[in-house]
Amino acid sequence: MNIAVIDYKGGNVQSVLFALERLGLQATLTADHNLIRGADKILFPGEGEASSAMRELRAQGLDQLLPTLTQPFLGICLGMQLLGRHSQENDAELLGILPFDVVRFPEAAGYKVPHMGWNNLQQLRSPLFAGLREEDYVYFVHSYYAPVGDYTIAEAAYPAPFSAAVQHENFYAVQFHTEKSGPVGTRILENFLKL
Amino acid sequence: MLTKRIIPCLDIKDGRTVKGVRFEGLRDAGDPVALAARYAREGADELVFLDITATNQKRTTLVALVREVARELDIPFTVGGGIGTVQDVEALLLNGADKVSINSAALARPELIEELARRFGSQCIVVAADTRYNEADGWQIYTRAGTHNTGRDAVQWCREAADRGAGEILLTSMSNDGTKDGFALDITGAVSRAVSVPVVASGGAGSLQDFTNVFQQAQADAGLAASIFHFGEIGIRALKEHLRQDGIPVRL
Repeated sequence: MNIAVIDYKGGNVQSVLFALERLGLQATLTADHNLIRGADKILFPGEGEASSAMRELRAQGLDQLLPTLTQPFLGICLGMQLLGRHSQENDAELLGILPFDVVRFPEAAGYKVPHMGWNNLQQLRSPLFAGLREEDYVYFVHSYYAPVGDYTIAEAAYPAPFSAAVQHENFYAVQFHTEKSGPVGTRILENFLKL
Repeated sequence: MLTKRIIPCLDIKDGRTVKGVRFEGLRDAGDPVALAARYAREGADELVFLDITATNQKRTTLVALVREVARELDIPFTVGGGIGTVQDVEALLLNGADKVSINSAALARPELIEELARRFGSQCIVVAADTRYNEADGWQIYTRAGTHNTGRDAVQWCREAADRGAGEILLTSMSNDGTKDGFALDITGAVSRAVSVPVVASGGAGSLQDFTNVFQQAQADAGLAASIFHFGEIGIRALKEHLRQDGIPVRL
């Protein structure tokens, strides 16, 4: 299987490569349009800040390429948020592949921001979560989130429900870190690779 | 529901774990990667590696270790100990560390917190603060392994660190560290209420009840300990079962 991991200086890439390695898979870390177009599966990890990530994607022409891809695509963490339309984080225009706007968690007593740690998944509705139970835990680290909508395929709550995972056609994305979520995360990654 | 995190801390010197680790069935107790993998299997939510190497090879051996840990481990981990520059942090993150904690370097030049947060995002920048109590000044921030009083108030410094962009505070009470009399509930609670980012409590854990107390009475987001886990005095799973019985959300 030919797996491309998008290289846009988005951070956290090594952990994703290692997670694939643990499954016995070698991936190509690349920003090359032809290599990305020719891959069987695309992983789009990300950490950090939305507007600088978008700047880097534009510099590489990836903002034009990514929306045209047709193979199974998995955004992770910031890589999920970037698929939306707009982020409150430094007023960033995003890729616009999914119809959500990314907003910051409100200040609420007892709810620290970033939302950091293990939270349970609910309302699972996708083959991405085959073999998982509602209430299985995954690892989140984020201060911004995508609200729940028609595109939501899993939810988590902090304290209100938000999108833990989204999907539009071949574009799947998760807010949590599959590569840091123990056996549950590994199963999700395996499920994606079977799509 | 977001769970409270249990975090074993491994002290590292020259790429090996220090402090006697007594673990049955562990062939090489000095191998941090094997120990880390074991904690992950037992249900640890995160790990902290604290590097106390003081040689010129420090950076190289630490980066190599981080890479090996990231290759094996499927839970998050933080690396700390003498980290002082943007280049140090970048090398650790690029090789698979999830978070990097800074301590003395942030006290020497607090702007470093902003620089790191802007460059890498707050989510991966932890400020470690060592505090000690004295009658005259209350809880003050110390450096040099708890020997040097910076004259800074603990709550004020933690608030400043969070305002400058730290994504998490790792608060160690030097007054409690090693006592096994429990976490410092008053200062942990005061810091937790003062900052809007998560607070990891460290120093003093000796019993299951100590963890219940720090979560229920001091609103800590995570509890960190070293020797009680390394010596098998408290098992991660038994600890989490105890916490769940006490009504504290944990990942089991």
